[in-house]
Amino acid sequence: MSGNHYAIEFQGVSLAFDGNVILNRVSFGVRYGEAKIVMGGSGTGKSTLLRLTLGLIKPDEGRILIDGEDITDYSEEKMMEVRGKVGMVFQEGALFDSLSVYDNVAYRLRETRVAESEIGSIVMRMLRFVDLEDAAGKMPNELSGGMRRRVGIARALVGNPKIILYDEPTAGLDPITARTICELVLKLRDLEEVSSIFVTHRLQDIDVLSREYVMRDDRGDIVFMHEDETLCLLNTQFIMLREGNVIFNGTDEELRASGDPYIRKFLA
Amino acid sequence: MKFILNAIYQIQELALLTWRVVRGLFRPPLYGREILMQMDVLGVGSLTIILLTGFFTGGVLALNSANTLQKFGVQSVTGELVATSLIRELGPVLTCLMLAGRVGSGIAAELGSMLVSEQIDAMRALGTDPIKKLVTPRIIALVTMAPTLTVICDLVGTMGGMLVSTTMLHQPSSTYLASAKRAVDYNEIIGGLIKPTVFGFIIAIIGCYSGLSTRGGTVGVGRSTTRSVVVSSILIIAVDFLLSKMIISVLLES
Repeated sequence: MSGNHYAIEFQGVSLAFDGNVILNRVSFGVRYGEAKIVMGGSGTGKSTLLRLTLGLIKPDEGRILIDGEDITDYSEEKMMEVRGKVGMVFQEGALFDSLSVYDNVAYRLRETRVAESEIGSIVMRMLRFVDLEDAAGKMPNELSGGMRRRVGIARALVGNPKIILYDEPTAGLDPITARTICELVLKLRDLEEVSSIFVTHRLQDIDVLSREYVMRDDRGDIVFMHEDETLCLLNTQFIMLREGNVIFNGTDEELRASGDPYIRKFLA
Repeated sequence: MKFILNAIYQIQELALLTWRVVRGLFRPPLYGREILMQMDVLGVGSLTIILLTGFFTGGVLALNSANTLQKFGVQSVTGELVATSLIRELGPVLTCLMLAGRVGSGIAAELGSMLVSEQIDAMRALGTDPIKKLVTPRIIALVTMAPTLTVICDLVGTMGGMLVSTTMLHQPSSTYLASAKRAVDYNEIIGGLIKPTVFGFIIAIIGCYSGLSTRGGTVGVGRSTTRSVVVSSILIIAVDFLLSKMIISVLLES
């Protein structure tokens, strides 16, 4: 980490499409092991933040740093190496239609020429993590929305990236499935120390991610715990975007105590 | 003014895509498996329509030309007329127009759907260059398969012409074949292969570009598909004229 505190850092990033300002001098940092929850109404530039982080689009001005490395001016070839450190879960999963669940998860491994004998065990471990071992042979069109997102998570986890970007992974899902997705995010945050940006506008996600945490009990089993009066989770922070501007950056307690009318309306 | 600027922009983007494909050819990885798969899907998969197109075109050429040739008492050159027409013009153009309709539209629809469902972004996020993985194999497949299919179309067309000449026009097959053989020389064949190679490239690059520049969700995919067929068909016919002029002056007049 060499003195750098941030896994992801935005320094005064601006972006406009056809004269419409999408992001206006946005600055924030995601510390190592932290989940940064990005909120805001539709069209406020939330997904754009993730695309910028992955270098899928370039900012008009400002700098973007990944793991202390300034990627702003990187070419597509150079970005390919950086993307190895970052996993991304797309809104609808973005699974490759022509490939089975197994092949989707194995995709990155095959691209990096990993031996087929190793691929099998890695893919099954990832599918076990998202509880979809039985779906390995299925095609994406046979999966439900929630299953697609979970396969998307498994695919993003291949290569053990220490940074994961979630683009509204719970949008349009029933509360139980959405909770399952949030639990996976908690496990990655607390057990694997993954740094992440989680884009959402669901209050239920905010509650789960800011008030619950995961640990292993004496027997090594995973247990979900609730934050209480004696404990305040510091590894989850919030950003609120409005018309391309960051109008809030802080903890859930600060967010809930905010007097900003837009935030009050958003949380109502 | 806006139309002209837009046209210049599109040409620039197409040139850029072509440059990235060419540059990618010399840098690993080259997706050999993907190339073979596309040759099978785009080339072998189009065999039936090319066989039918070639057969009936050859047949109708013989049928139409025989009447006129008979007036001048040279019905014996039916084979030469059919073979020349097919090798020089109809084989390459019809094969590639059929490919533009079947394959070009399919490429635009597939890549367009992948783009709107974020699969292209997912591919980039997973460290793959979509140009190398999706565009280059399709271009290589069509540049090799379009001439191959054209040769098949020429052969089947000549056979179709022979069937019509022998059964309906009561011409001996030996006369037809001897006449057809006279039409075939190396320069004709080379000329007849240059065209589908260029057309194959046009179909693939326009299909890929249309798909990858899709805007506006599933409606946009429909628009890209139509645009790919229209643009590549018009380009095939326009470039055919230019290539014919060049081939005639360089190969056939010398």
